[in-house]
Formats: sequence, structure tokens, C-alpha cells
Amino acid sequence: MVRYFTRLRMRRIYKWGGRPYIFDRKLKSYGFEYLNMSVEGQEAVTTVTPGQYILIEGNDDEYPFVAKLLKFFGDESHKQKKALVQWFLRLSEVPQNKKLLLGRSPHPQEIFYYLGRACDNEINAESILGTVDVQHVPEDTPFPEPGTKDTLYVKLSWDTKAFNVLDPVLMQDTPASTPPKPALPLFPPCASPTATPVSRGPVRRALPTPDPTVMRRAGSVSDTRATMSAGKRSTLEAESIHSASKLSASKILSAKRRGSAADTPGVRKKLQLSIGASPGKKMTRADVLCELLDEEMESEKVISLKLSSSVSHSLQHGCSLSPMRSGCKTPNGQRRFPWKLSSISLDRLSPTALGEQDLSRATTPSRRKESAMAIRKPALGVLAEEDSEDSPMQPIALTPRSKRKSAQLVSLRIRKQLNLLDNTQELISDGDDDCFVPSKKDLQSSSDEEKTDSEEETRGRNCKTSVRTPCKTPSKKKDLQSSSDSEEETMVRKTRGRNGKASARTPCKTPSKKVTPSTPRHATPSIPSRTVPARQPGNILEEARARLHVSSVPESLPCREQEFQDIYNFVESKVMDGTGGCMYISGVPGTGKTATIHEVIRCLQHASDMDEIPTFRFIEINGMKMTDPHQAYVQILQKLTDQKVTADHAAALLEKRFSNPAPKKETTVLLVDELDLLWTRKQNVMYNLFDWPTRRHARLVVLTIANTMDLPERIMINRVASRLGLTRMSFQPYSFKQLQQIITSRLNKVKAFEEDALQLVSRKVAALSGDARRCLDICRRATEICEHSTSHPSSAGLVRMNHVMEALDEMFSSSYITAIRCASLQEQLFLRAVIAEFRRLGLEEATFQQVFVQHRALSRVEGLQPISVSEGLAVCQRLGACRLLLLEASRLDMLQRVRLNVSQDDVLYALKAVRD
Amino acid sequence: MSKRKVKETHMPVGECISQVQMILRERFCHQRLPEKPVGMESQHKHLLELLRRTAVHGESNSVLIVGPRGSGKTMLLNCVLRELLEVKDVNKNVLPVHLNGLLQTDDRIALKEITRQLNLENVVGDKVFGSFAENLAFLLEALKKGDRSSSRPVLFILDEFDLFAHHKNQTLLYNLLDVSQSAQAPVAVIGLTCRLDVLELLEKRVKSRFSHRQIHLLSSLSFIQYLDNVRSQLSLPQDFPDTNFYDEWNDGIKVRHFSSYPQLVDVLQRHYNSSKDFRSLHLLLMLALSRVSASKPAIKPTDLLEASRVCMVDSKANILHGLSILELCLIIAMKHLNDIYEGEPFNFQMVHNEFKKFLQRKSHSIHNFDKPVVIKAFEHLQQLELIKSMDSSTAKIQKEYQLMKLLLDHSQIMEALQKYPQCPTDVKQWAMSAFG
Repeated sequence: MVRYFTRLRMRRIYKWGGRPYIFDRKLKSYGFEYLNMSVEGQEAVTTVTPGQYILIEGNDDEYPFVAKLLKFFGDESHKQKKALVQWFLRLSEVPQNKKLLLGRSPHPQEIFYYLGRACDNEINAESILGTVDVQHVPEDTPFPEPGTKDTLYVKLSWDTKAFNVLDPVLMQDTPASTPPKPALPLFPPCASPTATPVSRGPVRRALPTPDPTVMRRAGSVSDTRATMSAGKRSTLEAESIHSASKLSASKILSAKRRGSAADTPGVRKKLQLSIGASPGKKMTRADVLCELLDEEMESEKVISLKLSSSVSHSLQHGCSLSPMRSGCKTPNGQRRFPWKLSSISLDRLSPTALGEQDLSRATTPSRRKESAMAIRKPALGVLAEEDSEDSPMQPIALTPRSKRKSAQLVSLRIRKQLNLLDNTQELISDGDDDCFVPSKKDLQSSSDEEKTDSEEETRGRNCKTSVRTPCKTPSKKKDLQSSSDSEEETMVRKTRGRNGKASARTPCKTPSKKVTPSTPRHATPSIPSRTVPARQPGNILEEARARLHVSSVPESLPCREQEFQDIYNFVESKVMDGTGGCMYISGVPGTGKTATIHEVIRCLQHASDMDEIPTFRFIEINGMKMTDPHQAYVQILQKLTDQKVTADHAAALLEKRFSNPAPKKETTVLLVDELDLLWTRKQNVMYNLFDWPTRRHARLVVLTIANTMDLPERIMINRVASRLGLTRMSFQPYSFKQLQQIITSRLNKVKAFEEDALQLVSRKVAALSGDARRCLDICRRATEICEHSTSHPSSAGLVRMNHVMEALDEMFSSSYITAIRCASLQEQLFLRAVIAEFRRLGLEEATFQQVFVQHRALSRVEGLQPISVSEGLAVCQRLGACRLLLLEASRLDMLQRVRLNVSQDDVLYALKAVRD
Repeated sequence: MSKRKVKETHMPVGECISQVQMILRERFCHQRLPEKPVGMESQHKHLLELLRRTAVHGESNSVLIVGPRGSGKTMLLNCVLRELLEVKDVNKNVLPVHLNGLLQTDDRIALKEITRQLNLENVVGDKVFGSFAENLAFLLEALKKGDRSSSRPVLFILDEFDLFAHHKNQTLLYNLLDVSQSAQAPVAVIGLTCRLDVLELLEKRVKSRFSHRQIHLLSSLSFIQYLDNVRSQLSLPQDFPDTNFYDEWNDGIKVRHFSSYPQLVDVLQRHYNSSKDFRSLHLLLMLALSRVSASKPAIKPTDLLEASRVCMVDSKANILHGLSILELCLIIAMKHLNDIYEGEPFNFQMVHNEFKKFLQRKSHSIHNFDKPVVIKAFEHLQQLELIKSMDSSTAKIQKEYQLMKLLLDHSQIMEALQKYPQCPTDVKQWAMSAFG
């Protein structure tokens, strides 16, 4: 798909063609028959007519948007060029969390008919890149295997909620859905070789016809498997495997058997081919299938014996898989028969084909392309434009890789179903490391041979590629010696096969290593998990403490109903209208700003799941969690598109994203926490954040949070403050009643506090700051004190007044007085000397020398031995270190100035109490 | 000493002495934790409970341990950690991360250190981290991934907590405390500081996220307890190999030995008055211990007296004793100038005049010195930092006219004169006289 990329670099010229006709008098808009587009400096002209499928310039150069052209229109001047389109989606455009709904891995060239309303179907005609070939594939037909790069397949439709089977009428009512006749010759400079459609043609046509028969035939084999479509079946399989992880090994085995035997399109295709070619042999084949699928345990030996007759063939063709077979489709049924058998049995023995098949649809573009090419190569064989450098490697490399991936794939699917991974990129990068464990479990549950095989895999993986080949031989020999005669044959076959693979393994590993570089981008760091699970709260007080922790998310947020409603309405209306806007929220710390917004988003997300409002995307950044204001761009972009770029580049990309009329965009809700930290001298970060929502196509809602109410006026220059607008909200500090309600609702009927005790806490906190966090922390501390005060922890009672008082004392009382009381005698004397000197001077500042004179006099009065100057300095420094005194730098020695950090009254009060 | 005549010792005296030296030095230099922190039982219990809950229940917490220098903050924490790690459930379940505000002087270094101590860098292989921003995002990501019940609790121990508050935006503190207040990986943030006003250093958002738990370590030790401490610090542990020596040593530091020397009690009282913390006590005992040898195998009160004298000695007294007569005369002249002008700064010319006046009027024993010689002496005093230049721009003003201040107290000068070897009487008289 690289050629779109290159085309982007060129300037395109668009011209209306045909006779314009008026279709709306009032708006004076004209319709046009076709559009001629040409590339500057080139002769070739492409004509685009309504009904054709077109590619439209988008964010991703490599994957332009796909749509069907419905109509061209423009205004009188013929300058404005617009088009009405029907959109198609690629899977990558489907929201991350919805991708799983597909239930199977997508075909790399699969697109979905778009039925949603959120996308503007009117586009600028000048964003058209060219035409594309789109094929409708009926629901239960597999995707044509040797597809060319230019053909896209549509099978399902997407209505923003679910994937549905596409009504064929939607696709057929247009004249241009037949293989494109006018477009291809006119295709721009770097069009694909004309040979492609020819080679593709017969295959495609051959496939759909025998389909019902096949399904019926398959139904006779086993009803559950055959009646379901491939997608559903894989879902079922994954689910069963998942549940089976807790169940017996036999269940796993059956799940695996089902998956490996029935799932691959390759198998089905084989059936089709055989049916199509020689109807007389139907029965035998069905029998063989029956045997293969149902009597697996017994049949293993039989098959392996059968296979041994065609050992060389089976290996060779088992590796090259379906493309090869479709290429060698000769009427000679006799020869085909053993091959098919072998490949099926290979499917079963080691889930090779399965892996390869689904991998071709796997996730990262690079991989996908690679494997897709690999499949295509033996089939077409003539694609001259491909690099010659990797071509010799591919046929050999295919098998080992698929073998390894097959192991991955099983776990990949399970993971996908379990929503363990939301990101397909991670999926692949993780795959090499993590996926192996579950797959190993699978393999262990099957036959012994495979067990050793998988163990070897693990070992080989551990000791890296180079060690692989040498370490293999001894273990193999051991296997051979221990195995019986009948098994020996299979073992020989296997080992031979493995030898061949082992040699191929080393070269193929190196490139695959490159695909998953250990960069921080894909790294998923995590704190190691604990060996002993965390203990659950044991008694009422512990329960209360867990509930009172700030981190525990409450069922609902009390006391912020009005604010909640306002924010909800604001965001909801913007999402519904598909417009953008800004909101500024202020309030002192601990008043529930961020929590309320999260609550709003949770509700909205729920509403959008229930199909009440369009889907939207929520992104959160925090000024405190970045090192530099410009990092905001990087973080936003990373959360939007998972790209990682520099700040400047990210700013440019975001600018492009929000200002270009990209169709098919869902609303983005951006929460900017701690806005004041995004302040820069030129304020360009803030400016951009508030400017983007005003763009027509941005569909961006920005919610900003900061502490001060007048932040826009204080720190923002006019053009920034103006863009922020006047939608403001201020969160008042909680009143004591609200605080009390918050605690009560959190405790939720856990009776741990006396009513009065709660009231005391909330009144105290409300009087000081109204910070809910503080309130919760005090309550938590009070439960601890209560727990300690009772003699045995099991009979811990209610938290009473005195416990709360103690907790309040601990948290609010200033420690200065205690510190002075606990200071040594000389330190206390020094403080008195400081005060005496201040009184003498009438200033609040004195040098050490002056204070020391007073100190000496005082110690004579007290009848103490006077201390030396160095000792005096040490005393002074100690007081300075705990900030009872404020001191100048100590290199000034005796001349450093001394100030009190506590009020004189406090000092005198503390000292008087000591003497009494 | 009669003690040496008891011949049931299992080890030669020299061996015993080296053992004693080793054990006590370890104790005085804080190499080994005491079995139980003294005088801080409630704080110990509080902290242990708190950390145990983090380790066992996965409850996130934050706490500050505040106390003056030498009050045993680190000792308390280390005792608690040791006790915590002895619990079987906890042993492999916590990840302590030690940071020090003096070492991790900014957030970038601190983040690298955290990543290193958490062994997170192995996730990214041997790739060295790029930017600070990447590093922060990486760490936050890691902490976000965890949850209360399944990930290991991380104990962040921030020594010199107040210095972290000076980092730009307090990013590190905000993020650590934010994690401790949200449902992410369980963490305990433990700050150690000697500043009582540390909360005022925190930015309001950071402060709101801090749980406001403070454990104050303020010793309200009485003198009797102080004496007990001295004894317990000096006594040998039970498992000392030689029982005879053990008995003798511990007998030697019993109460009656102490109280029979009122002088010793006075000295200890003086130390107690000056400071109650263990650091200064250890310093004193260390000096006393160093006087113990094979020929004198016990600590005697005189050792403590001598050690105390060394401890208490004025730091400038020795410098003054090493001055020449000319330099001493200059200092006396400065002292008179201080008396006359009430502490206003002076310059060389004034001092020189004062000195010349003295020579003319009273001196019999002191020769007239050339001016350059006097300047040299004056500069030497400046190098010794007995006088200090007042104005910063030294280059502009001529040396003779730079304003200076004397960094000595009257008492120090008089004391030095008393002890100065062979000080001429006329100089002494000049120093005693009221005005020049």
C-alpha cells in the first residue's frame, strides 16, 4: 500500500467532467457526471464516476479512507467540488473497545459498510485519491485467499454498536459493483499489473458457488461446528478454552480439537475444491473428515501410518499451505487426496495451519503485510515489484514461524476474548514473551510428542536462536529410544521435519526479532505482583478504614449533584451535536472536581453503550504528571493514536488532525487537570488547547481544572482567555453537612462511628479547608486510634468522641510548642536569650553575637556554667535545623542573623509551662 | 588494677579489649541497630502498624517522621523495617525504595533511581532511558497498572523529605502522593525530616494529597533516664564471650561508680543540658572508649572527664594560641575598636593606628613593625577567618581600607590571653584596660 504514500507527495489536479445539471435550485448546486483527476506532470487521467469505490485522503497515509461515491456536486462557480459518499470502515478505524465485537481476526483487506450517523457523508472532492476495487463477500463465504493488494472485501456492516451481516442489496444496487471496467486502465501511474484481476478471477468465481453444499456436507460431520460462521466459531472456541482452563484436561483437548480441525478456512476450502472437482469422491472424503475430527485419539496412529506413505509430500505441502493448493488445482483427484489428508492432519497434530491462516490477518501492519505477501507469493509468483531479497527466504521461513505463532495464536485469542489487551499493537509485541505460557499449557494437554516439542520450544526460546540447533539432537535421540516401533515412524517423520525446520529457524528468527524491539514504547512496565494475596478487612473498623480510604471509589458522589448535572449536560450536548467547546472548573483541592468529571464520563460512556448518545473518546492529561508543558501534546497524541513523537511534531500532527475536515471522527473529550501548570511564557499550549475546540471539524470538548477561580484573568493573555470562553464552574468547599454526608455514604451502613464524632470531624474540617481528603484521613486515623485503645482487637467498638479528638489533635496541633518543651535546657535558654535581645533591640532580628551575650548572662542567672561559643553555635544550629529559628548561612559564623520562626508568645508560653 | 589478677578469663585481656572496642564502636557509629528503639514505643507501634497494613492489606499510606537531628528517625524506621521484613507474609511482598534528598537533587535523578530500585528497567532491556518525560510516564504507567490486591506494595522512603519539596513543581511528591490516594499499586510514602514546618513547604495540591500523618520524635528524656542511657550504651551485651570480663566491665559502670564522682555527674549534666540526642552522647563515649587499652581495661570516670573536655573545647581557642604576638596585638586593637565603635566594622588603617598608639604609649617589649609586616599579619588573620571582610566587592577597594569585622567574642580573646604562653604583661594590661 506504499503507493498511496508516494502519491500524496504529488499535486493532483481535479476537473469536473460531463455536463452539469442543477439539482437544487434554491442552493444553486450543480451535479456532475464524473470527475477527472490527473497528477501534475503526468499524462494519465483518472475518471471517477459516481458508483465507484474511492479512496479518500485521511490521517493515515498508508490506509486512506474508503467510501463509495454517490454523487458529485458543486456550486455555480464550479470551483467548489463536493461529493456525497457512503463510508466504509477499516478495522483500524473502529474504536479500540469495539474491535473485539468482531469475534475473529479480520482479513487484512477487510472493510465494513458504515451504517452510523456520526460521520459527515459530504466530503471535499479534492481529497479523493483514486479508485479502489471493493468486493462483496457473502456472509458465510471465506475471504478469497490469493487477493491482490488493491481489492478490499466487505462482508459485514458496522453501525457503531455492532457488526452485522451486510445486506447484499446495499452493495448491489449500484452499477459499479461489478469488477471495475473503466477504472482500471485509467488507474494512476503506479497501478498494479493488469495480470492481477485475470489470475484472481476464476478463483473468486469458483468459490461462492459450492458454498451451500459444503455447509450441508460439513453439517453432516458435526452439527455444532458447521452451522456456525467462522467468526462465531472462534468466539465459542476461545470461550470454551477459557472456561476449560479451570476444568479438566480432556475438555481442553476437545476444545482444541474443535478449533484446530474446523476453524481454518483452508480446511473448508479444501472441502469445496474436492466437491467441485470430483463429486464421486465426496463420501470418502467426508468419511475421512469424520474420522479425523471425531476419533482423534485412536486415529492418530492410523493417520500417521497413512501419512508415512506420502511423507515427503505431506511435509512439503503442509508448509506451503492453501495458496499452493489453489495454484495446483488440477482435475487429478488421485493426487490431491493424500495431500489434503496430510495438511489436515498437520492441522490437527500441531496447530500450524491455524496459526498461519489467522496470522495473515493479524494486527500490526508490518507483520500483516509480510505474511500476506508470503502467502501470495507462491500463488501468484509473478509480482515483480516485490523485493527480491526476501523472496528466497519466505517459503522456508513460513513453516517455523507459523509453528511458533500457532502457539501464540491460541493464547492471543483467549486474551482478546478476555479483554486483557485493548491494543493490538501490544498484542504482537507481547506475543513473543508472554503468550507462551498459556499455549504451553494447551500443548501439554495433547499428545506426548507435542509436549516434548513444546518443551523444546521453550528451551530453545530461552537459550536464544543460535543454541537451538545443537541442543536439539540429544533430546531427539532420547525420544527415539523410548518410543515404540509404530510410533517410531511418526517420530522419524517428525524429527526429519523438525530438522528441516531447525535449519530454517535460525535465519527467520532474526527478522522477527526486529519486529518486536524492546523499546519503551511497547514496553508494559508493571510492579511485580505479590506472592501472598492482600488480606481482606477482618472487622468492622478495618472495613470502615478500607471504605474511608480516599482511593476507594464510592458508589455515587453525594453533594455534587448540581455540578454533576451541569457538566453532564454540557458534555452531552456537545457530543450529541458533534461540536466542540471549553469549560473551566475551579475549586480548592479536595472538593471533588476530578472525581465529578470522572463520574460524568462514566455515565456518558454508559449512555453511549446504551446507544443513547454517539460514541466519544475520553482523554485525560494532568499538568502535574508531565515534566514540561509541551509534553501535553505528546501525551494527547499518544492517547489518541498511540504514536510517540516529539513535542513539536505532536503539536503539528494534532493541529492537522483537529483542523482538517476529516470525516468519520468521533467526539473527543479532553480533561486537562492542573491547568495552571501548562502555563508557558508565550502560552501557546493553552492557546492551542482552547483554540482547537473552536475549529469547525475538531469535535473536541475540553474540560479544564485548576484551583483558582480567576486563573483565566490572572495568568492568561487576552486571546487565550477569550478562547476559553465563559463556561465556568466553581466547586465550593464542602460544608460540614456535606462532609458528614460524604462520610456516611462511604461508610454505607457500616456502623463504626458515633454520630457526634462524625459531626465533630466534619465541622472541624469544614471550618478549616473543606477538603474531603483531609476529612477522610482524619476518620481513618480515628479508627486506628480506636483499634489501639481497645485491649483486644476483636472487640473493637465504635469510634467515639475521644478517639476523634485525639486524631484531630495529632493532625492539627502545631508541633512547635511540644518541640520547645522537649528541647534541651541550653536550647530553651537560647530561645529566651533571643527574645530578650529582641526586646532590648526593639527589632525582630539580632546577630548571634548579640544573642550570645544575653545567653551568657541568662545562664549566670540560672546558675549554669556558661558554654563556649562553639557550643552556643551548635545549639543555635540545632534550633535552626528544625526551623524554630531562621538563620543565615552558617559561614557568617558569629555574625549570622537570627530570627524566630514562632511567635514570641508561643515560646514564652511553652517555656513557662516547662518551669511550672 | 586488681582485675587483671583474676585469672579465670577465657581470653587474654588484649583479645577482650579488642572485642569491646569492636562492639561499642559499632554501636556508637550507628553500624548496628539496637534491639529496641528506646523512648519511642508509641511511635514505633504506630509506624509498624501503618507499614504492616500497607504490606498485608495493600492499603496506601503516607506519613512523615519529624524530629530534630540525632533524635533517631532513621533508626526508628530501620528498626520497623527490620521487624516488618521478619514477618513471613511480608518478607517477599514489599519493595522498599530508598531515596535521599541530598543525593537525588532533582526529579530526573530521583526517577532514575526509583526505576533502578524497582528493577523496572529490565522491561525495556538494556535500553537507556531517553527523556525525563518518558521516564516519568513510564513509572506512572507502571504504578497505574498495579492494583490494591495483586501488586506488591512499594515503600518509598524519602530521607531529607524537605529537600524534595524544593524540586520543580514538586512533581515527584505530587505523583507519589497521588498514587497513594488513588486506586493504583499500593504504596507507602515515608518522609523523614528534621524541619517542623515541612508541611508549609508543600504546594497546596500536594498538601491536600498528603494524609497529614506525622510522627514526631521529640525526646522528653529526664536526666536520670539520660544517665541510664549512658550506662546501657556502655554496657556489654549478654553474649559477650568472656563472662568474667563481662561482669567486671558492667560492674565498672554501675551507678555507685558514677555517683561517687560528683565531677562526672556534673559533666554529664552539662552534656545533657546542651543536647539530649544520641549523636553527641556517642561522640563523648567514643572519645572515652578510645582511651581504653590492654593496660587500662576499663572506662574510668577520668576518661569521661577528659573526653568531655575535648568535646567542650572552643574551636577557636587553639587557633588563638598559635598566633604570633603581633597578630595577637592586632586582635586586641580590634577588640578595643569594637568597644569604642560598638561593633561597627573597621579597616586595616584604623587597626594599625590603634596598634601604633599602643606602641608609642605603653609598649616596652614590642618593637615597631614595618607597615608591610603588619599588613601581612592582618592578611593572615583574614585567612584564618578570625576577621571577615564586610563588603563583597573586594577588588575595588584598597586592602588597607576594606571594612572588616572581628569573628571573636570578648570572652574568647581574654581566655586566649590567659593561656597564651609567655604573653608580655604590657600586652595583657593593654587588653584588660577599658579603652585603648
